[in-house]
Amino acid sequence: MTAHEFLLVAAAFLASAVEMVEALTIVLAVGVTRNWRTAITGTVTAFVALAAIVAVFGPALRYIPIDALRLIVGALLLVFGLQWLRKAILRASGFKAKHDEDAIFKEEVADMQAHATDWYGFVLSFKGVFLEGMEVVFIVITFGGTERGHYAFSIIGAAAAFVVVALVGAVVHRPLSRVPENTMKFAVGCMLTTFGIFWGSEGAGIRWPGGDASLLGVLAFVLVMSWVLVGVLRQRHARVRVSA
Amino acid sequence: MKYIVGFGRFWYDFIVGDDWRIAVLVLGALAIVFALAHHAMNVWWLLPLVVFVALTISLVRETRKR
Repeated sequence: MTAHEFLLVAAAFLASAVEMVEALTIVLAVGVTRNWRTAITGTVTAFVALAAIVAVFGPALRYIPIDALRLIVGALLLVFGLQWLRKAILRASGFKAKHDEDAIFKEEVADMQAHATDWYGFVLSFKGVFLEGMEVVFIVITFGGTERGHYAFSIIGAAAAFVVVALVGAVVHRPLSRVPENTMKFAVGCMLTTFGIFWGSEGAGIRWPGGDASLLGVLAFVLVMSWVLVGVLRQRHARVRVSA
Repeated sequence: MKYIVGFGRFWYDFIVGDDWRIAVLVLGALAIVFALAHHAMNVWWLLPLVVFVALTISLVRETRKR
């Protein structure tokens, strides 16, 4: 496996795991508060809906020229990755509250208790799994779509994330608050931005000096840029707190 | 209609997020890279530079509000 392919699997794994942890929190809230049958029915229905969407729209991607696909996917990944990285930098520097699965779980449970019907529980778990699942589908398609043979790598990453998150969720039956979600989001933001810059430029007609190996150079640039911005904003946050 | 608007909003929030200016700057830069690359100018450094500038501007704007 090349460094490029390893980064693809790692990025798809981390990005999918983050979305799956969020979906799991919602399903657990429904299962714990109402009953597991409702939570599982909503989850399975969402999986069927997602599979139908992929089956209908997935094959159409084969007919888009590879350079156009790289440009579109690169642009999407870059815009999407930068907003993820922006939030991660704000969280790491103290300007934004960190994502807290325990707090989200409590909110979902309170919401469930206010609407204590099985139908509401079904809709909540369906919506949670369907929307987070759409995000995973988006990640797999964008990461895999830029090289014809690379769907396998992004699917392996997402499938591994599904197995890990589902197993841990089945064992602990509680929100996965110990998962270093904020660190994972920082890493995912850096990887999405890196692939977005690389594929977006290639799709626009650029030839990278050093070919595929320059992907590691782009990753190094994004990491250094992010750490510098976190460092500067941490100092600014400390000054704001002192003056407040 | 409500569901279509909600679905559109989901994708906007998911892809564009909190600051649309980043999307505008990045897409503008990609258009310039595309135009220059098709005039035999290999400006591989342009997109990383615009990414750095766009992210810095967005973060400075956001943190000044606090």
